[in-house]
Amino acid sequence: MSAADTTEKPRDAAHGTIEVSIWRGRDEGRYETFRVPMRESQTVLDIVTHVQRHLDPTLAYRFACRVGVCGSCAMTVNGRPRWTCRTHVSKVVENGRIEIGPLANLPVIKDLAADMSPFFEKWQEAKGAFTPSKTREADIEPISPETRERKIIDAAIECINCGVCFAACDTVRWNEDYMGPAALNRAWTLVNDVRDAGNAARVHAVAQGGGCHACHTHQSCEQHCPVGLNPTASIAGLKRRTMQAFIRGELE
Amino acid sequence: MNVRLYVLQRATALLMVPLILGHLAIIFYATRQGLTAADIFGRTKGSIGWAAYYAVFVIAASVHGAIGLRAILREWGGLTGRALDLAMWAFGLVLLVLGLRAVYAVVV
Repeated sequence: MSAADTTEKPRDAAHGTIEVSIWRGRDEGRYETFRVPMRESQTVLDIVTHVQRHLDPTLAYRFACRVGVCGSCAMTVNGRPRWTCRTHVSKVVENGRIEIGPLANLPVIKDLAADMSPFFEKWQEAKGAFTPSKTREADIEPISPETRERKIIDAAIECINCGVCFAACDTVRWNEDYMGPAALNRAWTLVNDVRDAGNAARVHAVAQGGGCHACHTHQSCEQHCPVGLNPTASIAGLKRRTMQAFIRGELE
Repeated sequence: MNVRLYVLQRATALLMVPLILGHLAIIFYATRQGLTAADIFGRTKGSIGWAAYYAVFVIAASVHGAIGLRAILREWGGLTGRALDLAMWAFGLVLLVLGLRAVYAVVV
């Protein structure tokens, strides 16, 4: 029996096509339209992959894990920043059309691949690296999950560095000095890490012009964060912490 | 905005909440009672209380407004560095001088 004789279609059979506009070029460029077969449970990343494999091999984009862990595949989908590997086409398609561009607020390398360098440079500016307070010879420090600090960290720790919040943030768009939601959220987890020895420098760093006080609490980061974090709340925590340090004269 | 400007702007906001409510109450009182300019001057001239009330109000508003304008000029006007701080100081000083001049006019 040939495949054509089967009455049941394979699960990934195409049912119609979708019109896809994809950004081509760098910061200067244009949207190019493709027609891609629609399939069940299709993700936006599936569409981009289909275009590159079957329609135009010169399309540049970035992905790695395809399961929402690595944070590589964020793009602008119908005007909103999203993780494309976990965004179902059926949820975001509008009138049979979908527009896919690179992440906003970042330079474009080519097509859908944004240059993440500014995003990670802000991470460094906010002192986002753990500063050990002990040596490798010391025993592993037990941290009870019940402590207040650990609970604060738990609420903010699962960031996948996808850059969606950075692309969604008005303040990042308006103020190139602003560190952005992800970097400040990371700083907040370290400020609450009892093992960290770098908090004097960290609190000082996030109290500067591009730090936490530039946040206008628009909450776009919370709205768009694919893993449900609330960087706005973390930034509010940093505002309180830096204000206390300022009033105590610890920042001068 | 750094932590110093943030604290100054929040502190002046806190200070102004009761002052604004009082100011509104005074406006309603003065208009509903039909007070004339002479009636008002009769109360304010030589009054240390009214002088202090509105002097503090003017200082707080100048600081608060100048910091707020700085944020707008930074984000929507593209101003940075020295020009940005000069604009903040200039605007704050203009508000302060105009405001204190008005306070002087009604209490002295």
